[in-house]
Order: sequence, then structure tokens, then C-alpha cells
Amino acid sequence: MRAAVVVFPGSNCDRDMVEALRQSGADVAKVWHKDAELPTGLDLVAIPGGFSFGDYLRCGAIAAQSPICRAVVDHANRGGYVLGVCNGFQVLSETGLVAGALMRNSGLKFVCKTVGLTVETQDSAFTAGYSQGPEIQVPIAHHDGNYYATDDELRALEDEDRVAFRYSDNPNGSMSSIAGVLSANRRVLGMMPHPERAMDAQMGSADGQALFRALVEQTAQP
Amino acid sequence: MKATVTVMLKNGVLDPQGEAVKSALGGLGFYGVNSVRQGKVIELDLAEGTDPAVIDEMCNRLLVNAVIESYQLDIA
Repeated sequence: MRAAVVVFPGSNCDRDMVEALRQSGADVAKVWHKDAELPTGLDLVAIPGGFSFGDYLRCGAIAAQSPICRAVVDHANRGGYVLGVCNGFQVLSETGLVAGALMRNSGLKFVCKTVGLTVETQDSAFTAGYSQGPEIQVPIAHHDGNYYATDDELRALEDEDRVAFRYSDNPNGSMSSIAGVLSANRRVLGMMPHPERAMDAQMGSADGQALFRALVEQTAQP
Repeated sequence: MKATVTVMLKNGVLDPQGEAVKSALGGLGFYGVNSVRQGKVIELDLAEGTDPAVIDEMCNRLLVNAVIESYQLDIA
């Protein structure tokens, strides 16, 4: 599997994302936000967490207009896989690749802790490695993770089984406790929790492994 | 020419910052504040004769997120 991790000024989870993908067997390159093209033959583009462009204007808004993001949208439109974590989710929502928007946490505080998530669907390359039932433990670290979608968007997400993860105990006021959503073709995932920070028991949880392993398996070259 | 874009959260979208400001005003002893909504103002200094339709496009493509925000454009 060939993957690229996009780096913006202010990204700070890019190395963790590269490491998580490599550990799971992917061939990973980093790309800079001013690059207009992605490496050829990519299966996955990952947009990491951080504070791209200092969260100016709105979280992810400036990054979503960068040259590389036009290439990421083209990649997604060709049916390529895209994973956006935390600030990456905010960037994806600003590009319109996933529905909704991320607003200031309802409690107004930055929340940094490990939370329980339920895996709501196994019908995606990202979530196929999880079994239904027990919750998984994944860290969150954000100020603007309060998921908002219009009534129509929310209905479509629920009806089409495109809510990937829900918080067991809603930490930020997100509608329907939504922590991660899939695109209509199920190949783009945006999520606020950080699976790349849950790759080893020594990190407090290894529950992120299943996401990256399933993704690498599903996109393995024949 | 100057254009002022006032961006507000749409009606019905909960504004946690506005709620916090309202609560802080109450804490200062200001009573009768029924609600507070917080937004932002963006001032643009533009070439004379810029087409208002182009300013609307700026709003729709970057300055405003139509999922949660609405805006008012004032051209002076």
C-alpha cells in the first residue's frame, strides 16, 4: 500500500501518522502543502492533526484551499482513500469531502484525554478490522471537535450507515455523539480521535492498530 | 473601496462562546441579557469597482462556512 501524509505549517501529528502507517506495512511519503501534485500510484492520503495555519479564520479553512488539497480532492474523486484525523477531519469538512462542520467544544475547553468509542459500522476499509460490540479506547486532543451537520446531512449519514465512530460519553457536544464520519463512497473518513496515538499498549491503548492494519490489507496490491 | 463582511452562526446553531459571554455578563451583575451571539467582522480593502458578485464568491469559497455560518455584506 502506498500512502502520503500531507504536512501543513502547524501540523504536529504528521510523524505519528507516518509511523503508524509504516508499522502497519505501508510505504509512506510526506508531501508539503505547496506541492500541487501527489506522488503517482497512491492508495491513501492521510491528513494529520495539528493547527494548520494557526487555525486562522476557521480550523482547517486555509489548509483546505492549499494547492495540495485540490490534488487530494481529485484523488478522492477518483475513488482514492483519504483519512483525516483531528485537524485533518476539520480540513476534510472544509473541502466538502465529508459532511458537516466542527465547532468549538460545547464546554469551551480544550479536551485532551483517552475516550471510549463505539465502532458504528464495519462496512469500510477503515473499520473492517473491528468487531462489533466492545468499545475501543482512543485519545482525543482538540478545542474544536463539536460535530455539527444539517438535519438533511445527519439523516443521510444515519440512513446510509456512514457514522463510523461515536463517543460513549460525549466530550464536546457533538451531534448524536458523532466522532467520525464516512463519505458517500465510504472511502473518505474524517475522525476527531487519534488512532495513530493508540498503536501500542505502552501508549495506553493499541486500539488504533486495527484501523491501519485493515486499511493496508484492503488496499494491498494484488 | 471597502467591503465589510459580518459573519454570524446561523440561527439554530448553538453558539457556546455566546453562551459563555452571556453567563459572564450575568456574573458581573448585568441582568436582563436574554441571549448573546458572537460572530466576526472581516474588512476588505478592494480595488475600485470590484464586482459585488466577486465578493460573494470570496465569502462562499473561503470567508464563510455555509454549513454553520451566514453573512451580511456591506459595501462602502
